[in-house]
Amino acid sequence: MSRVGVVALNTFREAVRDRVLYNLVFFALVMIAASILVGQVSIGIEEMVIVTLGLSAISVIGLLIAVFIGVGLVSKEMDKRTLYALLAKPVRRWEFLLGKFGGLVLTLTVNTLAMAAGLFLALKLVKTSADILEASVLVAVYFIVLKLALVVALALLFSCFTTPLLSILYTAGLYIAGLFVTEMRNYQSETMSRVLQTLLRWLSYLLPNFENFDVMAAAAHGRVIPRALIAQNTAYAAVYCAVLLAIAAVIFTRRNLK
Amino acid sequence: MLCALLLGFFGLWQLQHAIDAQLAATHQEEDNLVLRSGPLLKAMSLEYAPLTADLYWTRAVQYYGNKHAADQTDIELLWPLLDVTTTLDPNLIVVYRFGAMFLGEPPPQGAGEPKRAIELLQRGIRANPEYWRFYEDLGFVYYFGLKDYRSAANAFLEGSKKPGAMIWMKAFAARISEKGETLETSELLWREIYNSSSDPSIKKNAKIHLQLLRARADCTQLNSIAAEYQKRTGHYPRAMRELVDVGLLPAPAVDPEGYAYTFDAEGKARLNPASPLFKEQSNQQKIL
Amino acid sequence: MATAAIEIENLTKDYPFGFLHLRKKTSLEGLTMSVEDGEVFGFLGPNGAGKSTTIKLLVGLIFPTAGTARILGKSISDISMHADIGYLPEQPYFYDYLTAAELLDYFARFHDLPAQERKARVDRMLKKVGLETARKIQLRKYSKGMLQRVGLAQAILHDPKVVILDEPMSGLDPVGRREVRDIILELKQAGKTVLFSTHILSDAEMLCDRVGVIVGGKLRGVGAPDEIVGMKAQGMEILFEYAGASAGLQCLLSKATQTGKRYQLRVAEGDLYATLQQLGSAGAKILSVTQVKATLEEYFMHLVEADRAQAPAVEVSGK
Repeated sequence: MSRVGVVALNTFREAVRDRVLYNLVFFALVMIAASILVGQVSIGIEEMVIVTLGLSAISVIGLLIAVFIGVGLVSKEMDKRTLYALLAKPVRRWEFLLGKFGGLVLTLTVNTLAMAAGLFLALKLVKTSADILEASVLVAVYFIVLKLALVVALALLFSCFTTPLLSILYTAGLYIAGLFVTEMRNYQSETMSRVLQTLLRWLSYLLPNFENFDVMAAAAHGRVIPRALIAQNTAYAAVYCAVLLAIAAVIFTRRNLK
Repeated sequence: MLCALLLGFFGLWQLQHAIDAQLAATHQEEDNLVLRSGPLLKAMSLEYAPLTADLYWTRAVQYYGNKHAADQTDIELLWPLLDVTTTLDPNLIVVYRFGAMFLGEPPPQGAGEPKRAIELLQRGIRANPEYWRFYEDLGFVYYFGLKDYRSAANAFLEGSKKPGAMIWMKAFAARISEKGETLETSELLWREIYNSSSDPSIKKNAKIHLQLLRARADCTQLNSIAAEYQKRTGHYPRAMRELVDVGLLPAPAVDPEGYAYTFDAEGKARLNPASPLFKEQSNQQKIL
Repeated sequence: MATAAIEIENLTKDYPFGFLHLRKKTSLEGLTMSVEDGEVFGFLGPNGAGKSTTIKLLVGLIFPTAGTARILGKSISDISMHADIGYLPEQPYFYDYLTAAELLDYFARFHDLPAQERKARVDRMLKKVGLETARKIQLRKYSKGMLQRVGLAQAILHDPKVVILDEPMSGLDPVGRREVRDIILELKQAGKTVLFSTHILSDAEMLCDRVGVIVGGKLRGVGAPDEIVGMKAQGMEILFEYAGASAGLQCLLSKATQTGKRYQLRVAEGDLYATLQQLGSAGAKILSVTQVKATLEEYFMHLVEADRAQAPAVEVSGK
């Protein structure tokens, strides 16, 4: 097996043995079960509530895991010195990074699929009309996974050179900023100089655009999500992650450990 | 040990009743919607706007239900709640339909803000241009709420062109532009609402309106029978029995709730004060 | 074709610190030395002297500011070299959610060993370091001594030609120390090259073919323990009792250290017999004659004090 794969599987194993993870996933499943009840309270939107509440729970739990474990991927190994013996082996630093990234993304994918299974089960139980398209919900779940991968890449990058607390702040900050990219791009103001407005526009392209992955409304209202978007988002996530990982590799390869 | 725990919880349960009673006495029901800005809430919801929309919709339904159950007529928060909800998720069809009904209706059924209802519906049409029922609701509000028959006819006409629109949309357009408000048209409109809606509040409201319209029609008919009676006997009837005795009616005429109609001092037919419909009618007439 | 197993040339490591990283702390300065094939080499020095820094430079955890080094002919920046070296970090810590067997298996996978071979080696290693019974217990439950042994196991698992150990005896009880010593001797017998750093001078004397003493980032002396110490041989020491008051002995007595009736006198090796005769004929009772070897410790302390005299000691570790 490739060295990247070895590190990845070990990272996955670490996550699986972490009890906090189970609790979080369990919590998400409870939320989905609760959504069935909540749906009964409102008129005419039972399925919508299950889809929106379910997707929200999956997204939030996934983000929590991605950020909190992601920021420790490298820094924890450096602090605890578990990394020292490993780097003396014939493994390159970038292989280590890629393995950590892959391991956490694998963990998140498995968790997300587990939660999505709960969601589909809930939908099956309550199905009253043909409005909700399972396919769209599935695409929404896939986009959540893409989004999480991007967040992990961000967290990993920060983990290579700064403390966990700061990494959390930066990653969360970039995530939230990435949700308002469209507004940034179209910001018109009389008071702001042309230069600043142009800078803001460039910034809007530079930031990771998390709006791309937001299809909850479409999934909730049973609208078809175009195939082209699926391909484009996959490409966007892949390329952006690659860029972030490359930068992380450059930083980490030169880093003197303590 | 287990006993102690059970005792403890039982005690807490009783205490809670006492506390609730105490609070209910002192508590003043203050409705407040602190954040009314749809765009702000949308920004705050990050990517979870549809979920927040669900929450606000639930809140709106609860709000209306509570007010209605308590017989309170001031439902000024309905519009802000629906405004926020539709900004968060412009595709929640049920919200627009609910809003059209209960914003447009005069109190105590609704908020008595037909202009807001129109605004809401137009927003709904912009976000969901192919949904023809909004035009039906629009025509409805123009007809009943604003008595603007030209706009109502236009709305029905526009809506009739949308995919899936029922044939009677065109019929309504023609009828209203020709005759304005008629009893028959009104009845047909309410019946259509009653049949097509799945919202229990809307259905209930439609039913009451249909019953009142029926009562009005009945009273008109009874008045002409009373006139006949007058011709025969020289005075107006005072009770339904008199008409039956003379043979003008096979049995006492009853309203849709089963209460016999009565006659007032001038011999005009009207609803029995004991009938629940009487209360509804006087509610409506209070506003006029 | 005798390239040394480890060749170090002018290896230097500076750490910038202070405001805007303008100041520099030199952790290692111009280290030049080599470790021959098959020898056991001890790195000695006080805390912060640069021993760990040197080892981390060799293993690729930190990067030199200047200078080069080669292990088995390959540059330290060549990752393929890592296949032939084993490294035990100082105060090792491993993934605590793994068991010893899992950890060793994990590390073994980086050495391209087929599955059968891997399993066999892991078993052998666990037995060798005495962790057979604890193999299924998660590392979070291990004592320090046990962790040290796991660390040793992972360092020699893949049968490397060069083994580099950073403070392998630290934190071990005497039994543990003995076990590590035995393993190092075994490695020597198997023809491996061993480089290790330590504070414990007696261990260095016992195990090493050669030692290098680093103080204040500079190499102060390299050689066999005897040689180094031999540079400061102090001659012979005579222990004797004398109660008399011979005038002829006064000169001698004044050079001796007196405790009651006993005297300790140091003489150069060449003067030994003459002095003994003199004492004997004066009626002194000779108790013992021993060769005074400066211990490694004295040599060590001497160097440390000399270094401290030069520069005020700021024990800033490179960590």
